[in-house]
Amino acid sequence: MIRFENVRKWLGDHWVLEDVSFEIKRGETFFIVGPSGTGKSVTLQHMVRLLTPDAGRVMIDKDCVSTARGRNLERIRTRFGMLFQSGALLEWLTVAENVALPLLELTKMGHEEIDKLVREKLELVGLPDALAKFPAEISGGMRKRAALARAIILKPEIMLYDEPTAGLDPVSARKIDALIADMQVKTGITSVVVTHDLQSALSIGTRIAMLFEGHVVELSTPADFVKSQVAEVREFLDSQYITRRGDWEKNTP
Amino acid sequence: MITREPVYLPPSDTRRAELGRDVLDLVCNCGRALLLLFSAIGCMRFAFQGRSRDRIVEQMFSSGIKSLGVISVVSMFTGMILALQTGIELRKFGQEVNIGAAVMVSLLREMGPFMTALILAASVGSSFAAQMGTMTVSEEIPALELMSIDPVKFLVMPRLIAMAIMTPLLSFYGCILGVIGGGIVGSTQLGVSWVSYIDNAMRFAENKDLYVGLLKAFLFGVIITVVSCHEGFATRQGAVGVGRATRRTVILSFLLILVVGYIVTRLFYI
Repeated sequence: MIRFENVRKWLGDHWVLEDVSFEIKRGETFFIVGPSGTGKSVTLQHMVRLLTPDAGRVMIDKDCVSTARGRNLERIRTRFGMLFQSGALLEWLTVAENVALPLLELTKMGHEEIDKLVREKLELVGLPDALAKFPAEISGGMRKRAALARAIILKPEIMLYDEPTAGLDPVSARKIDALIADMQVKTGITSVVVTHDLQSALSIGTRIAMLFEGHVVELSTPADFVKSQVAEVREFLDSQYITRRGDWEKNTP
Repeated sequence: MITREPVYLPPSDTRRAELGRDVLDLVCNCGRALLLLFSAIGCMRFAFQGRSRDRIVEQMFSSGIKSLGVISVVSMFTGMILALQTGIELRKFGQEVNIGAAVMVSLLREMGPFMTALILAASVGSSFAAQMGTMTVSEEIPALELMSIDPVKFLVMPRLIAMAIMTPLLSFYGCILGVIGGGIVGSTQLGVSWVSYIDNAMRFAENKDLYVGLLKAFLFGVIITVVSCHEGFATRQGAVGVGRATRRTVILSFLLILVVGYIVTRLFYI
């Protein structure tokens, strides 16, 4: 469904991505992990053409997003929903208005129908009481859940998550994991998650790619990932106290 | 597409190279600002559709009506100072009755639109730049683009229309208050009666002065909006970048207001 073909990207004074190639299949929950500054978010931004590769290309089914322009790019982007690291809610709108925004701007739905859908999505993400609150009045975890409700309201085929659990307490982080897993089960949506959080990746991921210095150094299922012999992967696993001896028990929320 | 990739260039070796890069950067920025203006004009066909009309009215209120207080005070005092300064000199020749014409003509032609534009650039323009800048660095602009909501149609077009309407109106309002301020100084300190002050003012002022002043105010409104939105969208590096964008907006708007004001005067009066 999403295919990176020898993608290279130069930012600042170095190659952030060097010859990156991988493929994400329909319905997968694909995790991209790795230390800070290895190009995880850059990879994600290439999928929706917020960044353009210097070499190689990114394909979304038969569409080349790296060269798409205007209406064509808009059409490809409508297949995506994205949860930004900060949530990216519009600060001057309430949570309900934020979630309703894509419907108000892009569809001809009536107010009652929109209201019903907004309540439904906010309930799905566990925020039924935050309708009238402004983003500044809710916690970081709630902002992310509100942003998730906005991202899924147009029923995208592919959801991109940029550090969905960053800055959250463990309980809120696991709630976000549960939402991602739940959506995959209920709607069969394809999810691509960028994270440092190996607990999430190993629990709900179908495959994990590890980026290091612009290269994919490991691409495997969670079960194989914990057994990987690649030095960078081992170091990353050890840093989060995940050891080779104990088999990782998949614990889908 | 508003969201732009960061551009990194190696440091310049010589001063000439640095100057060349600055000139190139200036030309690119002018081009992008013009493209933004044309895109916003292109979006005007949606001005009366859906929620766009509400957003325009909202912007007219926040950028226009909320500026009434400061414009009232500044315009009144501008008229008073003009009347006092010219009145003191004209009194030497026994011509203080002509302060009406001096105040009216200078306010309509130049001071009214100029003062209004400076106030709006400092208050409204800077707030537009800060808002757009904050939205850019907190990923709200890319989020809008990914939702296929055009940031130009959603954010720039309503502001452009609101400022293009409100700046001439505020300028005209400022002129009226300035003339009243001049009349107060004339009648209380220079011994010029209200009747002769108004009579003199109306005799010398022409319709052309009003139209040219309104045209200037319209152009200044467009300049402030385009500069502030462009600077906001180009913001990088968090809070520091937002501060820089706000400062650049005020400076660039002031400079362009002066230059365009001169060009319009030159075109219509010589």
